[in-house]
Amino acid sequence: MVAVKDTVDQVAGLEKYEHGFVTEIEQEFAPKGLNRDTVAFISAKKEEPEWMLAWRLEAFERWSAMESPDWARVSFPPIDYQDATYYAAPKTKVGPASLDEVDPELLRTYEKLGIPLREQEVLAGVAGAPRYAVDAVFDSVSVVTTFKKELAEAGVIFCSMSEAVREHPDLVRKYLGSVVPVSDNYFACLNSAVFSDGSFVYVPPGVRCPMELSTYFRINAAGSGQFERTLIIADKGAYVSYLEGCTAPMRDENQLHAAVVELVALEDAEIKYSTVQNWYPGDPETGKGGIYNFVTKRADCRGDRSRVSWTQVETGSAITWKYPSCILRGRESVGEFYSIAITNGRQQADTGTKMIHLGEGTRSRIISKGISAGRSSNTYRGLVSAHPKARGARNFTQCDSLLIGKSCSAHTVPYIEARNGACTFEHEATTTRLSEDQLFYAQQRGLPEEEAVQLLVNGFVRDVLQELPMEFAVEAQKLVAISLEGSVG
Amino acid sequence: MLSLRDLRVRVGEREILKGLTLDVPSGEVHAIMGPNGAGKSTLSYVLTGRPGYEVTGGAAELDGVDLLGLEANARAAQGLFLSFQYPLEIPGVPALTFIRAAMNAQRKARGEAEISAPDFLKQARVCASDLKIDFDMLKRPLNVGFSGGEKKRMEVFQMAMLSPRFMILDETDSGLDIDALRIVSDGVNALRGPGRSMLVITHYQRLLDYIRPDRVHVLADGRIAASGGPELALELEREGYDKYARAA
Repeated sequence: MVAVKDTVDQVAGLEKYEHGFVTEIEQEFAPKGLNRDTVAFISAKKEEPEWMLAWRLEAFERWSAMESPDWARVSFPPIDYQDATYYAAPKTKVGPASLDEVDPELLRTYEKLGIPLREQEVLAGVAGAPRYAVDAVFDSVSVVTTFKKELAEAGVIFCSMSEAVREHPDLVRKYLGSVVPVSDNYFACLNSAVFSDGSFVYVPPGVRCPMELSTYFRINAAGSGQFERTLIIADKGAYVSYLEGCTAPMRDENQLHAAVVELVALEDAEIKYSTVQNWYPGDPETGKGGIYNFVTKRADCRGDRSRVSWTQVETGSAITWKYPSCILRGRESVGEFYSIAITNGRQQADTGTKMIHLGEGTRSRIISKGISAGRSSNTYRGLVSAHPKARGARNFTQCDSLLIGKSCSAHTVPYIEARNGACTFEHEATTTRLSEDQLFYAQQRGLPEEEAVQLLVNGFVRDVLQELPMEFAVEAQKLVAISLEGSVG
Repeated sequence: MLSLRDLRVRVGEREILKGLTLDVPSGEVHAIMGPNGAGKSTLSYVLTGRPGYEVTGGAAELDGVDLLGLEANARAAQGLFLSFQYPLEIPGVPALTFIRAAMNAQRKARGEAEISAPDFLKQARVCASDLKIDFDMLKRPLNVGFSGGEKKRMEVFQMAMLSPRFMILDETDSGLDIDALRIVSDGVNALRGPGRSMLVITHYQRLLDYIRPDRVHVLADGRIAASGGPELALELEREGYDKYARAA
């Protein structure tokens, strides 16, 4: 258990939230508030074509007529959308061509976060070490995307959304909003109006993306939100594995992160999408501050035998409200959802998935591990539905909750709809308390209490950790440990 | 040497140990026998630091170190090991992972370097083979789905790996058939030696045919009611605990 030992050393030398620093950098902001002008301002900043602005404005009109949803098991005071800034960008020109043009302060930020932006350093690493390409999004803009050239040689497009709108308008127009329609829900609609940046990936037919792709989202500016938009398309027979990571400074105010992620998998294509979410969770004692993580993530398994798997490790945010879902449209398409959601302190999470079986012989699998500690609340909410044509659809759901301490809560809200008689749905759920007997047993063998908890929790989430790409699994394991720091005693 | 002086322990409102005094010199094996409810398991738990046991008086020292002031894990690092009557299942944590983490935690507490992966595996292979444990079993989550006998064997395996200097065996024979009892006893006997002591808690004399004690004590109503050589165990087997229960 190298990771456990590392963790203990790391935890010992840590503030409660490791990524809580602020980068001092000159930034440019949109005027405070949200109206048509704000939307036009963002679109102009990004030098977008007319159609994109029209799309945004339509979204804004629809959003103005919508109401904030209240069905999730989370509570927060009403958000004043006029009291926030919807665009914040470091004062360099949009999309620097090389790292030399990136503000050194920004580079230092990513260095501190452990994100490799220098290709030569990644390349100079230990032989055989995993390489992955990074798109680094800082507040509202992508500051750099690595390995673009090498990926382009394989035919893979990996760039910021802003660049995709300018450089690949046909692909963007064809797929943007095709999985999550503009007015899908309140936060997705808001995102459609004001989305700033995010990543765009297109993998052409038959291509296996030669490396892991990842986007690192960083909220830095105060009083702003982040509204990223990510679109990944795997054309026929293509394969791509993608990971997103996120952190933010510690601030006393709540900041909104309303992202939309759309995945499209055509015939025989496969997309693996992993998230390690570590937004600032707020003060564990008072509950002050932290990110509101209200995110819409959906995959469309459009082609026959296509496959999408969502893996998420959710440890941060004051409130998490997200349901990465799969629309299983193609015949025999497969959707998977592996989730670890940890809440501690005063955090609230309402998360899960939707598996919509439309096509014949479609299969899905859901493994959810919720861990609640402190005074937090952790809800799994999931829908599995089979439509009349989805004959032979199968789902297996396993939903386990672990409670640590006496003041937290866990809830499981599964919805199951079978609209034909030829589908098989299985649902298993357990709720357990971290047992004092197990803890004592581990301590009797010499493990200090915190280390014993980490070991037991790592055991609890093992099935899901195994689904993460190797290089991130270790990271995720550490994060799990850090998130539960101070959860016992 | 383990030295207990007038140890008094309460669980909730009830006094379980009522002034227990006992010495187990270094290198010796002592057996504790006694009727149900005499306080045998309480003794093993209070020595190893399980929460919920309130020490109201007396002292417990291992080679001069006051055990009662230490956390359970610190006592383990002092070389104290309890073979549980009912070993716990640890889902998702392979046995080897668990034991290595425990071993390194103990080493760290003692200011020693961590064991290297090859050395650890080498040692594990030897111990597993001695106890006739299939090595693949050690890659499975600890005790999950193991039979009662397998769990007891895993306890002795952990004991062999961690190499403690004071071992408490709490009803290690329960749930074992004759073959398993022999294998486990051989494993325990292999750990006997100078500088190492054991407290063997059992209901039955049977185990003591395999693990020969230097001394036998009768624990009744929270105190040591009688002490003697191995012949005392035979006498108890013949006559039962009535005499001591009445005396108490």
